Amino acid sequence: MNGEDVHHRAGGVREPDPTLGKNFHVPAPVESVPPAREPEPPPPPPVKPPKRQRVVLADPRSRSTPTLRARVELEEQTSWGEALIKDLVKRQMRTALLLGLLVLVAFGSLPLIFYLSPGFAARRVIGVPLAWLFLGILPFPLLLLVGLTYNRLAEGHERDFVDMIES
Amino acid sequence: MQLNPWALTAVVLVAVPTFYLGHRSSRFASSTHDFLVARRTVRARRNAAAVSGEYLSAASFLGVAGIVLKEGANGLWYPIGFTAGYLALMLFVAAPLRRSGAYTLPDFLEARLGSVVLRRFATAFVVFIGVLYLVPQLQGAGLAVSTVLPWPTWVGALVVTVLVALNVIGGGMRAITVVQAFQYWLKLFAIAIPAFVLSAVFLSGAKPGPAGPLGSPAPPTFATETTVDIQTDVVLEVSTLTPVHVQEPGAATSHLVAWVSGATEHVAKGTKLTFPEGTTTPVVSGATAANADWLRPGAGGLTDLLQTYSLILALCFGTMGLPHVLVRFYTNPDGKAARRTTVHVLLLLGLFYLFPMLLGAMSRMYEPQLLVTGRTDAAVLMLPSAMLSGLGGQILGGVTMAGAFAAFLSTSSGLLVSLAGVVSTDLFKGRVSHFRTAAGMVAVLGLAVALVLRPTDLSISVGMSFALAASTFSPLLVLGVWWRGLTWPGALAGMIIGGGLVLTALAVTTVSGYTGGWAPWFAVQPGLITVPAAFVGTILVSLATRSGRPGDVNSVMLRLHAPDPLGFMRDRAVDRFGQADERVRSGRGRHRK
Repeated sequence: MNGEDVHHRAGGVREPDPTLGKNFHVPAPVESVPPAREPEPPPPPPVKPPKRQRVVLADPRSRSTPTLRARVELEEQTSWGEALIKDLVKRQMRTALLLGLLVLVAFGSLPLIFYLSPGFAARRVIGVPLAWLFLGILPFPLLLLVGLTYNRLAEGHERDFVDMIES
Repeated sequence: MQLNPWALTAVVLVAVPTFYLGHRSSRFASSTHDFLVARRTVRARRNAAAVSGEYLSAASFLGVAGIVLKEGANGLWYPIGFTAGYLALMLFVAAPLRRSGAYTLPDFLEARLGSVVLRRFATAFVVFIGVLYLVPQLQGAGLAVSTVLPWPTWVGALVVTVLVALNVIGGGMRAITVVQAFQYWLKLFAIAIPAFVLSAVFLSGAKPGPAGPLGSPAPPTFATETTVDIQTDVVLEVSTLTPVHVQEPGAATSHLVAWVSGATEHVAKGTKLTFPEGTTTPVVSGATAANADWLRPGAGGLTDLLQTYSLILALCFGTMGLPHVLVRFYTNPDGKAARRTTVHVLLLLGLFYLFPMLLGAMSRMYEPQLLVTGRTDAAVLMLPSAMLSGLGGQILGGVTMAGAFAAFLSTSSGLLVSLAGVVSTDLFKGRVSHFRTAAGMVAVLGLAVALVLRPTDLSISVGMSFALAASTFSPLLVLGVWWRGLTWPGALAGMIIGGGLVLTALAVTTVSGYTGGWAPWFAVQPGLITVPAAFVGTILVSLATRSGRPGDVNSVMLRLHAPDPLGFMRDRAVDRFGQADERVRSGRGRHRK
């Protein structure tokens, strides 16, 4: 559990102004004052200063509250948290197994094909036997492609998981 | 041995930047985090280059071309298996392994299963596998250096050990990360440039292959009268009637002998064989003689098929279980980076392996005498001077020598760091001074074993050593990451079953190698049996010992699989080494990319 988060949100008390004692550059949203007209010789009678305005610097319902709650639930292993993480594990495992099976079938069938049909292996494409193309060159782009696909899918699953927790 | 000044220059040109880069990076190394996991700040692209640099050992740089020269299309499965192993690693292990926050492989097993007994056992296996790997690297370096310098073999092994130990003791993982990344690119250039130049020579037809084109179905032949020095005892298989002048070791004159077709000839070390012009090349036993069989995969029938499957399985799962490869993934900042590292590794390895295959095929046409001496591993080193006469060939030979030397250095430094990490955290308390002591101890141990054993004593094939890793650690990793039911007795049983079977197969193969080669295919390539056996054994014993499931399995699974932004990732043993993140903030000189 992250110490600083607990401090900020303990008991629902709003945190102190985060700009305190710092150079805070973003100006607070204030009502725009109409620009003063130049040809106005006499200064107008002192008007009442603009109404006091409440400036809110941070959205009290910031993103970290639900995240924290979800994280606590995950960490304390409530049935909901456990179901969530089991679901994620299952999704990642299914993707990995599916892609692994794909590669296994692709590579695993090659020796059998070469064994059963020697003529196929000996056929030549631009002077190179087909078997050498299938074994020497094609596997490497295929492996990279499967790797990229898995990376994209797995990162997508993790993003979905985080989005779901934080929403 | 004749002195090739270009090869000597190449060795020096590799050794100096290696030491300089390691020394420069070790200035920033101060804490245990630096030494064990480079502060976990190595980004995906640099780590991928370092992983590839470490992984491309002499077995890849020299061995793949040699296997292609010897076995042809069947040998192409080696690079495929080496690369596919990283896909398996990525699919099943990489990200969760990093999120475990462990420092070493035994540390991960203890984090997951909570057993000190298992941890100690795993430590013993890691050290065993690591030393088995380290010794051939040192011996190979000795042999390679002795081919270019008039020095005995122990000098080369000593030079590599000292250079590597200096870097590792100086900066640990921090130092060797940069060195290994540099050495990947060095190796890629050292194999790509000769491959391009020699392909151009071949395609221009300036010098046709003396051994005959690969398309002709017959075995390679000697184009001119060739004298071959036999440097180790070999058994030759003769395919046609072969006249040969044999000069026995120590004899002053030679006598003409006719080897009949189908005979197997035992030739002793030191013999000189002179083949007349146009003779068909006899080949060492185990190599493929006829080019027609060499071109076609699976020419050896059903045994060949099963052996191929066994090899693929062993290589795929073996990569996942290699301790020195796994430890590199602990240096990434998070699980996502570990996964991305693997994607980059797939690209870098695929790029590299195209070239040794090309060189291996060309050496079949230009260097048939390697099939007689059995030193097919030297193909990459000798091909340039065989194809290009004069200065060009010598310079290219120096370039390949530089690559080979870089391969010895990067692999042995990775092994030394992973072993020193395991020893210093398991036998000592894991401080920096302990790491340095452990690195020195392991280096001395490796060197001693390398010098005491003759290279032929340790002729463990690549397939066999991968089979050992595949049958011990990979079931634990895969099941540990994905299956809640794994228990420590199950893990221990799986390791004993898998490791025991592989070691038995190794013993059987060694004995049969001395007594006529009667070993069946599953003793030569045991992966197809031992890997499933280890998995089944682990699962069955785990199911039988349900009470042994660790109590914190849910929180461990959460930590392994929860996405990185949620921040569940914790370093193990924080109280021992301090929190890694704080040190990152206070530290200077982060790794980039």
